[in-house]
Amino acid sequence: MQEKPASPTQAADIPLLRIERVVKKFGTFPAVDGVSLDIGAGEFFALLGPSGCGKTTLLRMLAGFEAPDEGRILLGGKDIAHVLPHQRPLNMMFQNYALFPHLSVRDNIAFGLRRAGMARADIDRRVNEMAALVKLEGLEKRKPDQLSGGQRQRVALARSLARRPQVLLLDEPLAALDKKLRESTQLELMDLQRRLGMTFIIVTHDQGEAMTVANRIGVMNAGRLDQVGPPRDLYEAPVSRWIAEFIGDVNLFDGQVEAREQNRLKIATGDAGSLIVRAPRRPITRNVVSVAIRPEKLKLSRRGAMSDAVDTHVMNRLEGIVTDVSYLGGLTIYKVKLDSGAVVRSSVANTARLDMDGFGLSQRVAAWFTPDDCVVLEQ
Amino acid sequence: MSSRSIFTRPARFAAIAPYVWMALFFIVPFAFALKISLSQTAIAQPPYTPVVDLSAGSTAFRESLSALSLDNFRLLVSDNLYVFSYLRSLMVAVIATAVLLLTGYPIAYAMARLPKQWQGIAMMLVIVPFWTSFLIRIYAWINILQHDGLLNRMLLAMRLVSQPVVWLSTDTAMYLGIVYSYLPFMILPLYATLAKLEPGLEEAASDLGASPREVFWLVTFPLSLPGIGAGVLLCFIPIVGEFVIPDLLGGSNSLMIGQTLWLEFFTNKDWPVASASAIALLLLLLAPLLLYDRLQRRQLEAR
Repeated sequence: MQEKPASPTQAADIPLLRIERVVKKFGTFPAVDGVSLDIGAGEFFALLGPSGCGKTTLLRMLAGFEAPDEGRILLGGKDIAHVLPHQRPLNMMFQNYALFPHLSVRDNIAFGLRRAGMARADIDRRVNEMAALVKLEGLEKRKPDQLSGGQRQRVALARSLARRPQVLLLDEPLAALDKKLRESTQLELMDLQRRLGMTFIIVTHDQGEAMTVANRIGVMNAGRLDQVGPPRDLYEAPVSRWIAEFIGDVNLFDGQVEAREQNRLKIATGDAGSLIVRAPRRPITRNVVSVAIRPEKLKLSRRGAMSDAVDTHVMNRLEGIVTDVSYLGGLTIYKVKLDSGAVVRSSVANTARLDMDGFGLSQRVAAWFTPDDCVVLEQ
Repeated sequence: MSSRSIFTRPARFAAIAPYVWMALFFIVPFAFALKISLSQTAIAQPPYTPVVDLSAGSTAFRESLSALSLDNFRLLVSDNLYVFSYLRSLMVAVIATAVLLLTGYPIAYAMARLPKQWQGIAMMLVIVPFWTSFLIRIYAWINILQHDGLLNRMLLAMRLVSQPVVWLSTDTAMYLGIVYSYLPFMILPLYATLAKLEPGLEEAASDLGASPREVFWLVTFPLSLPGIGAGVLLCFIPIVGEFVIPDLLGGSNSLMIGQTLWLEFFTNKDWPVASASAIALLLLLLAPLLLYDRLQRRQLEAR
């Protein structure tokens, strides 16, 4: 597990939330297997991973619905691992919203405030404020089954925010919405989090969603936290093959380290011959590695048309023919079959409206990238 | 076009079938009972007059109709025996249903919270006693409750009592028998409602600061009201008309309406009065049914 130190802006002495070597087993199966994580006040943190990776179990331990078998969960320095859910200053927005069907929108939002013993007038004021915040005005008297999916999602959000929790936990909050609504709601969530200055922890399996909303992402796989960092780090500097493939699209070439010189590595690959790559910050210990290159960093040129200014010594140049062209509007994805038989993907931004530089099927092209464009992965 | 005529005819028949069933097994017998309740008792075969004979011609038929009267119903209202047995039936049903709800709810709640693979087994355990005849199970209770029965022997052995307690032919024994017999009818609809309840709702309530007690009274209980309504009706209505259990386990000092009905019919051979009390009982039971229907409709309209 490679946890990066929190970025300087969040470097308080005690983080708002500290998860320490938490283990949760179901029977003998470790759903969460030794996770440690610090989350600072005001962060929008995403727990990202495929289904069954333990992210929801971890969130449920934060909410208090599951108790960890080992480890501690510290909120503001106090261990809350065994505090009952109704006594925690955290609130959760549930995946299926879990709105009380027998209560009106108003009573749903006021539920938590009434439990806290707030005065009636204050409750009314807070409910109105929340309804305005999530744009639900005029619907306060409706029952949940008289609302659309998007409106229900807003009620759930208002209800979980009403108590002004120190941390808001969101369990796949947008999974039930259609794509358009999901995207606009993501932006609203970010805006809301920034305005309220609250700490949000979202669980999602959708990497696009995590990258959009979160300022830091923890990627979970098989009960472990594989990598924690800002979206850009995860995308540009994944620590493992698995993360490189899980987040975004990637071309991978397996090979062996052939030579090391200063900050460059020469790697002999079966599919792409010798590749020159920048040596990673952490020294490579193993001999068998993969070179990962994102499709948009694998550029295509007509054969021989490449600029002479490009240093041929540090340049990785592969040749092949275009076998597939997918026009996606903003992007065009080319599949190129290399001379070795391997197929690589390259995506090209369509910056001009008129197609001048496109490549055609069966066209012979050069695919190239610089040592800085790719990442060497050990596992 | 042909597909329409092929499929609508059986469909129409299927829609009619329940009405035919209702007419044959409910409306027609009800009409018989209603007619007999308006007749006078007689020492004859059948033991009442007038006897409607459709073959005797329309004049005779009209004459027999004019001989019908509401005398039997007047008797029901004026004679304390009937009024008291109706009231007693209602009281027994109210008490027994309340005990059933208090017993059945925790059992259904516990069942709904069992791990999925155990829920089926728990359901079987509730249903299995039904595989033995109802009468045999009531006789078994007589055996348990009698003077030298299992219960008294246990109490004596545990030195909780110094001499056998009289259980049989008491209200206690009757309530015990009723609660025992009707418990599954209370548990099953409650279980069905509670098992369907989304577990996230209780979690959401506790997440929002509700203590376990508040979670129950503010979320679980109100959402289980349809199950409570169904269970209460399923128990209350047949208990009002219950005959076997009070007759075998209960005392003879006061009668439930079912027993009174039996007496009128078999001992006194007064079919018209027996029919009249049956009709009155039916009308009495329609009230809670209509009330439940109204409540359900209001709930649907609220949606």
